[in-house]
Amino acid sequence: MRELSLHILDIAQNSIEAGADTIGITISEDESSDLLTITIEDDGPGIPEAILDSIANPFVTSRKTRRVGLGIPLFREAARMAGGDLEIQSAVGQGTQVEANFRISSIDRAPLGDIAETMALLIVCNPHVNFKYQHVRGNAKFACSTDTLEGILGDIPIGSPSAVPVIRDVIKEGLKDVQAS
Amino acid sequence: MKTVEDLERIRKQAQAMTRLREGKETTRIVVGMGTCGIAAGARETLSAIMDELARRNIQDVIVTQTGCIGLCEQEPIISIMMPGTEKVTYGKVSKEKARKIVASHVVNGQVVGEWVIPTG
Repeated sequence: MRELSLHILDIAQNSIEAGADTIGITISEDESSDLLTITIEDDGPGIPEAILDSIANPFVTSRKTRRVGLGIPLFREAARMAGGDLEIQSAVGQGTQVEANFRISSIDRAPLGDIAETMALLIVCNPHVNFKYQHVRGNAKFACSTDTLEGILGDIPIGSPSAVPVIRDVIKEGLKDVQAS
Repeated sequence: MKTVEDLERIRKQAQAMTRLREGKETTRIVVGMGTCGIAAGARETLSAIMDELARRNIQDVIVTQTGCIGLCEQEPIISIMMPGTEKVTYGKVSKEKARKIVASHVVNGQVVGEWVIPTG
């Protein structure tokens, strides 16, 4: 994956397929500690302990069409390449939280990429899920959610293709305000 | 636990879906968004589809996602389901191909035969 936002899209798909109602995506840039943290958390059914231990093993997947699962291993590898790591916290009935961190200054850290487009597509193509997006940089913070965006969209339904450019621009502006990288 | 806001959103979506169904049966476009699809460029494919639908002001088409269907080498993959016709699956759908498929297949009902792939 060329961009961290593509990993976010991929991991969020896991939450969607697991039937989550709410998915929180938080990106936090802390220059003072040289740390970029990406958190994807959902209120889905959670992962049983026996599977959790081996989830980063590419040969463990709940899918039936193919016996190799690469989403988590690829994201973990991207984090490790950039001097960070990935951690999953989950329990049955408690949802799942995937957190990856990266050294901002690492030359091997993939760029964040087009997070505004990624979020717009996730939100519009999954109108039944409430997404909560946050971008924190130092003391500045931008936050939006499916709920707040619906208010901005007015008459445009959240699931309509016409909503994509509106949401993308709202997020782009918000990220400019917090001077996100 | 659902909040009042959650319920309000579900109600509005149900209304929108009902409006769609009242008109006629709707066309569905399904985009493969597994790890393999995303790595092969499915985000750009999905972007192009949404943009093409918005540009043409097409509101009665539902775009959804699916995971890996076991044909990773053909990703990005999209399937089109139109009322009264068999599902058609396209492989290696770049953003340019996606725009052509929307124009030809979804708008004009002409399957783009050369890009169709066989599925199990």
